[in-house]
Formats: sequence, structure tokens, C-alpha cells
Amino acid sequence: MKFLFDRDTWQEVFDSMGKNKLRTFITMIGVWWGILLLIGLLGAARGMENSFNRLFGDFATNSVFIWGQSTSKPFKGFQEGKRVTLKLSDAQKIQDNVEGIEFVVPRNQSQGFVVRKMLSGTYNIAGDYPLLDIVQKKKLIKGRFINQSDMDNKRKVAVISEDIYKQLFEKDVEPIGELIRINNMNFAVIGVFELDNFGGPSSDIHIPFETFQQVYNQGNQIGWMMITGKGEYDIKQIEDDSKLILKNLNKIHPEDKRAFGSFNLGEQFAKLTGFLTGMQFLTWFVGIATLIAGVFAIGSILLITVKERTKEIGVRRALGATPFEIKRQIVVEAVFLTLIAGLMGIISGGWILIWLDSAFGQGEDATLVNSSVSIAIVFVALLILIILGTLIGLIPAFKATSIKPIDALREE
Amino acid sequence: MLKISKLHKSYPIGDSSLHVLKGIDLVVNDGEMVAIMGSSGSGKSTLLNIIGMLDEHDEGDYELDGVHIENLNEKKAAVYRNKFLGFIFQSFNLINYKNALENVALPLYYQGLKRKERQEKAKFHLEKVGLLDWAHHLPNELSGGQKQRVAIARALAANPKLLLADEPTGALDTTTSYEIMEFIQHLNDEGKTILIVTHEEDIAHMCKRIVRLRDGVIMEDKIVEQVRAGQHV
Repeated sequence: MKFLFDRDTWQEVFDSMGKNKLRTFITMIGVWWGILLLIGLLGAARGMENSFNRLFGDFATNSVFIWGQSTSKPFKGFQEGKRVTLKLSDAQKIQDNVEGIEFVVPRNQSQGFVVRKMLSGTYNIAGDYPLLDIVQKKKLIKGRFINQSDMDNKRKVAVISEDIYKQLFEKDVEPIGELIRINNMNFAVIGVFELDNFGGPSSDIHIPFETFQQVYNQGNQIGWMMITGKGEYDIKQIEDDSKLILKNLNKIHPEDKRAFGSFNLGEQFAKLTGFLTGMQFLTWFVGIATLIAGVFAIGSILLITVKERTKEIGVRRALGATPFEIKRQIVVEAVFLTLIAGLMGIISGGWILIWLDSAFGQGEDATLVNSSVSIAIVFVALLILIILGTLIGLIPAFKATSIKPIDALREE
Repeated sequence: MLKISKLHKSYPIGDSSLHVLKGIDLVVNDGEMVAIMGSSGSGKSTLLNIIGMLDEHDEGDYELDGVHIENLNEKKAAVYRNKFLGFIFQSFNLINYKNALENVALPLYYQGLKRKERQEKAKFHLEKVGLLDWAHHLPNELSGGQKQRVAIARALAANPKLLLADEPTGALDTTTSYEIMEFIQHLNDEGKTILIVTHEEDIAHMCKRIVRLRDGVIMEDKIVEQVRAGQHV
């Protein structure tokens, strides 16, 4: 190992590389490009994953929405086409009986005409449990979300979206505590939230569930429910189990496919993450394949170099260089070339990531969030380079010493 | 210094083989300056290559400075070459991307000498051939005679027991040839044993002994009166 720290070893490497700078440069391009691709693509894939995670970050992704529609099969004396309405008790039954349930969040929604002073508009009004804030985290800019006390007292309070705040309030007016009229009833604003990018049917105004029941005279009816499963449970199974219970409770034919509508967010999300995993695999594949191609390019150019240097190698051997010294020199050259090219690839890959971040990674709805590659991956890539460089360097090294010195010297 | 007896060498050519050296007996003592002459194909270069351990003999004995040279693996041969021999080639064989000083220092590198020591020794030998001022010039910035002088300095750097020169003046004009020969004669005067392969009569007569080869055997081996190259210049 001592020779690695010997100035002369490197002097020899630099001399022979500096002898033909263009060739050295071209040799390195393959590996440089491979690492660049690997880092750039992996970083971009990571950025996309981060962006998805941020999008869904505050959202229970292992969830399914279920709502009532109308039956498609007659059952137990009921005609087909019976309107199916979900009830609070249904939600409770699901909560109690389906395995793997985390939360069942009943929700109600209706249109409402909203007035404040001279400004007005028609918006979606949702009646919600405080639980909603857990499964579908609201980004509150001001104030708070509905709490249990609001529910218990059936308070007339409202949490409004930022858009509504902008539409109904003059600039710089503090909305918290202000009154807005929803269907001619005064509600006090207790919070303003930022609309999220995702979350099923959009809701503009949230009021306590029980207040909604009273105001809209809904009784125990609910519009739809959001069911979230514990992480380790299959959300598709939960959906099927829940629907079966609902059919049972509502006297609906077990085979009836139309009675309940649903949107399985968990499944969709799994498809997305599957796509991301596939992309990452592709990235590795492309990156490593390019890298190997690059290393082979180095090997083949070194082979040509060795051929060109046959005479020089002969002279060196006439002067007393042992075959091992010659081989070692060529392998060191190969590894050094791959390593330098790799390091340059990593550095320029870093620049690409910086550029990606500044071009696509800024702001709230960035497509690539925090595009990056872990140090571990960089080290793994470097290790692969050293190993491949050594292996590929052995070919020209053995080629160089396979010729007898006398033949090498005769070479013109 | 050098003892060769019944040396045979043949090269395979297709199915048959070409018998190049057919039993060479040669003894060279310390301080001799021997010219090996012969037309092309006489085996003179093959003989030199075997003496230089660049090639292996098939039969016979070869003893160099008391060491029996036989069945050398490449590593051993490299060590012996480095320790015993200095080579001077017709086409100089300098490494073209290394300057004169680095070329001269190269055998010392393979001897495992420290950098500083190498530099000093290389400078000493460059000064000896009168090219210290050209130490940092690349070979293609030097004239033919200068290149050969750098090559001689390189051959001397490792302080070899025997200097082998293969047509050292073959690529040079007469004046330069004589300059080089004068220098080689000086080295011989200082006690260096030198073997020169040449086909030029005048160069051969600047040695002290001429060995003539024809068809792989020694035809003539005679001591001659040395012609000093300096007289011609």
C-alpha cells in the first residue's frame, strides 16, 4: 500500500495521462456521465417521492371514502333503485366490527349561501367531527379547528378556507370572532385554513357536525364517511368488510355493486408509490448500466493506450521494471481515472440537483421537493467505481506484460 | 565478467524453426570494449538480447559476473537487468513525455531509490554527458546526438557492470557518431565493460576487440588496435 502514498507513483500516473489530455478527457466522459445520470435521476426520484409525501403528508393515505347511492338489485321486499342513506349508527357499527380500523369519520355536506356585510357567495358547508383534523390535517393559518366543546354545545362556529376569507373579508381584517351568515344564521369564525392540494370533495367551510345536524335538520343521516385503516392492514379488505356490514345493516343484496360508492385512496396511493418504486429501480438500472458502459470505455481506451505504449513498456522493462510494477501502474491509472471521473460526476450531479431544486423545488406546490441523494449511496457508487476500475484495469495490465520485452522493444 | 559457452538459440517459424545461434563461445573480461559484427541475420542482435536478458537461450551456459543466468522468470530478469546491465539502443528509446532528467532517473526509480537521491544521481550523469543545461527538455527538443547522450546517461545511471549498445550510431550522421563513440571510449577508459553491436567497420575499429559472426557462429575473434574517435573529429 505504501506505493499509493508515493509521490512518484502519482508522478507516473499524471505523466502518462497528461501525455494525451484529450484522450484522458474522453476516457472519463463515460464514467462521468454514468455517475451524473445516477445521481441526477436518483435525486429527482427522491424529490418526486418527497413531493408526494408532502402532498399526502398530513393525510391518512390508508383510507377509503364510502357514500350511499341507490340499489341495483331488489332485496328482502325492497325494489331496486332504493335510495341508500348512511346513518351515524352505521359508522359506529363499522368502527366496532371491522378489523384494522383506525378511525371512522362521518361527514355531512351541503350548499350554503354565505353573507358577510355586503359580500356574499355560495359555498360547500361541511359538518365535521374534530377527528377530521387528525385524518386530514388542516393547515390553519389563523385560529383553530372545531373541538369537542363546540360539538357538545352545538356552537355556531365556522372554520373557513383562505379563499373565502379573501372573498368575504376586506384586507387586513382579523377574521377570528367575526360573524358570517350561513343560510341566515350567524356563525362566528374560529379559524382560517389553507386549502390542501388533495382531500376528496373540496370543502370550503367546516362547522361542527352536531350544529350541521341541527341547522340542516339531518337527524342521524350522514353524507359519507371516511374510514382509515391501521398501517399494516389492507385497505381494500377494510373497504370490502365495511361495505358488507353496511349492506347487511341497510338490507341490501350482498352482491349489489351499486348501492355504495367509494373511493379507495389507499389503493390509488399504493399505485403511485408502486410507480415511484419502479422509477427508482429504473434509475438504478440505467445509472449502473451507464456506469458499467463507462468503465468498459475506460478499459478499452486503456487497452489501446497500452498497445500504443508497448515500446515504452518494453523500455521500462529493459531498465528494470518488474511485470508487477508495470501492472500496478496501469491498474492505478485505471482506478484513478474512474475515480476522478466519478468524483466529477458526483460534483456535477450535485450541481444538477441544486439546479433542479431551484427550478422545480421552490414554493408550496413544488414538483420536486428536496431532490437529494444520501451520502451512503454516493459512497456505494464510489466503491463500485473502485472495484470496477480495478477489474477493468487488470485486462490492459495483463496485456501489457504478456509481450516479451524483446518483442515490445521491436515494436515500432 | 561474461562467460558464454555452447549457446544455442532458435526461433520457431511456422512448422520449422530458424536456428539463429549455433553454439557461441565467448568470454569477455572486465574493462573490455568489444564490437560484435556481422551482416543482418548473422545473429548478432539475438546474441546481444540474450546477453541483455531480454531473450532466453535454448541451450548452453551463460554466466554474468559470476551469476548463472538460467530459467529466469520475468521478475528476476528485471532485477538482474536493473542491477547488471545498461542498454543503449539505435533508436534511443527515450520516453517522449519525460524530460531528459526524468529519463535518466527512470532506472533509479525501479531500483527503489528515494526521489532526492535519484535527482542527484541523474544530474551527475547528465553533467557527465554534458547535457545538464538540457535537463528539463523533452526528447523531441533534442538533436539525435543529444538524445543518444541522454540514453547513455540513462544506461549509466544505474551503474551497470556491463553496457550493451545495439547499433548506437545507426541513426546518427558520421560526425555525431564519432562524438558518441568518443564518449563511449571515455567510459571504457574509466573501466566500464562495453559490448557494441554494429555493422559499420569504422565504428567496430574504435573498439579493442572485434567478434565477427556469420550464420550463427563466431567466424573471427581478434584484438584490434583501437582507433580513437577523437582523431576523426
